Amino acid sequence: MHLPFKKHGNGNTVNISKFDVHYSDIMIKFLTQMGRYFLLLKKVFSKPEKPSLYYRQTMREFVYLGLTSIGIIAIISFFMGAVITLQTAYNTENPIYPKYLIGLGCRDSIILEFSSTISALILAGKVGSNIASELGTMRVTEQIDALEIMGVNSASYLILPKIIATFLFNPILTLIAIIVGIFGGGIAGTLSGVINTENFIYGIQYAFIPYYIVYSLIKTLFFAFIITSVSSFQGYYVEGGSLEVGRASTKAVVYSSILILLFNVILTQLLLS
Amino acid sequence: MISVKNVFKSFDDKCVLNDISVTFETGKTNLIIGRSGSGKTVLLKSIVGLYEVDSGEIWFENTLFNRLAFKEKKVIRSEMGMLFQGSALFDSLTVEENVRFPLEMFTDNSPEENNERVNFCLNRVNIINANKLFPSELSGGMKKRVAIARAIALNPKYLFCDEPNSGLDPITAILIDALIKELTEEYSMTTIVNTHDMNSVMEIGEKIIFISDGMKCWEGNKNEILTSDCDTLNDFVFANSLAKKLRSSNK
Repeated sequence: MHLPFKKHGNGNTVNISKFDVHYSDIMIKFLTQMGRYFLLLKKVFSKPEKPSLYYRQTMREFVYLGLTSIGIIAIISFFMGAVITLQTAYNTENPIYPKYLIGLGCRDSIILEFSSTISALILAGKVGSNIASELGTMRVTEQIDALEIMGVNSASYLILPKIIATFLFNPILTLIAIIVGIFGGGIAGTLSGVINTENFIYGIQYAFIPYYIVYSLIKTLFFAFIITSVSSFQGYYVEGGSLEVGRASTKAVVYSSILILLFNVILTQLLLS
Repeated sequence: MISVKNVFKSFDDKCVLNDISVTFETGKTNLIIGRSGSGKTVLLKSIVGLYEVDSGEIWFENTLFNRLAFKEKKVIRSEMGMLFQGSALFDSLTVEENVRFPLEMFTDNSPEENNERVNFCLNRVNIINANKLFPSELSGGMKKRVAIARAIALNPKYLFCDEPNSGLDPITAILIDALIKELTEEYSMTTIVNTHDMNSVMEIGEKIIFISDGMKCWEGNKNEILTSDCDTLNDFVFANSLAKKLRSSNK
């Protein structure tokens, strides 16, 4: 197999390994995509043509992306809380551990991690794929071109309301996840008999640090932005047909999820260290 | 009037538009014809600014459109209406909301004035009792007519139609053609229509340019097209067997 080669200054030729070629291709692609992403964001955050229409669009997205997510977040949080309680009880069976630790463990696990990160991963699947497929379909059916022809900043009109809506509504979803998750933990604990209600309530009140809620909400805001902007980017630049829209939707979920997990580590280090 | 001067456009290494120069006249239905993949849509989208040309000039009256910044282009774009091949109606909006959209975005009209204009435009394209329907509930012909209503909502100076007849039966196609021609004359617009439908050419072709492999091969009108000595054009015009028979009988 012939590998590409480059010439050194002294005239000698040196083979470039296949790895080098692929590595440089990947780097160029990555940097190009990053550049396009930030250029899109620049377009998104430009001055709206008609604020009243943007407001109406934001309200629409509020319902579409926010309100319709309450159900799935509530169901998942309830069962997550239940499982955390049962697992904590299983791991703290030793009598030297006070029973209220089960409530405390459930509360902290839900507030610190599950309400924000796991909810964000679920929303990346639900909202992210939704956004990417919506914008992708609008692109391939020339609806975005139609907006551009009218002189509308399509990126701003279509994406900014989604970012604002998720920015405002995802913290509410996180709070719902916290409440329902702890409630689910309490129900599972008492129904299975691993802890009584008094101990559980004592546990969820014990050594409570309000900053944990703030930490969780800050993470939620970052995750909301990641989900919306990354998914919008994937959908907005779709080229081709329905197959590419499907691929964009999958990419939106995968990339959003990876970035959520990456930023989870970074934010935890920054906010809790 | 729209003038295109020495326009080149390539995608990767493939040259799609090769030194195109043409003037589209005001108050006339100007047609760009050619085979699929000849560069018609790229030319139309380059004229409206959806594609950046590699070199060349696109003039709208006395304004060099393709050198304007995004904000400056918006002024001219507010004078454009476009009918896309697939209609490009907004799925999430009803028929009347689709037509009202440009009015709400670019005018300070009262809701009553907007409603009046929406109903006028829909009546003008013969869409009746369909205001509350969504695009998915419309037939292909109705979608095209609603798209025309949306395109003329702001009284545009320029109307662009990308294959307005694709996917329509011959009778509906003729109705859409007639509507485009009537509106062009009524509003004295500069209309550019992309098509490969010879019925359209013979119905509304006041000025026609023929494109093949990204190059302008012929320019004329519907009366001249049948007697052209351009072989590539003749291959296109007399492609179907009926046209071939008619041609041989005339000879």
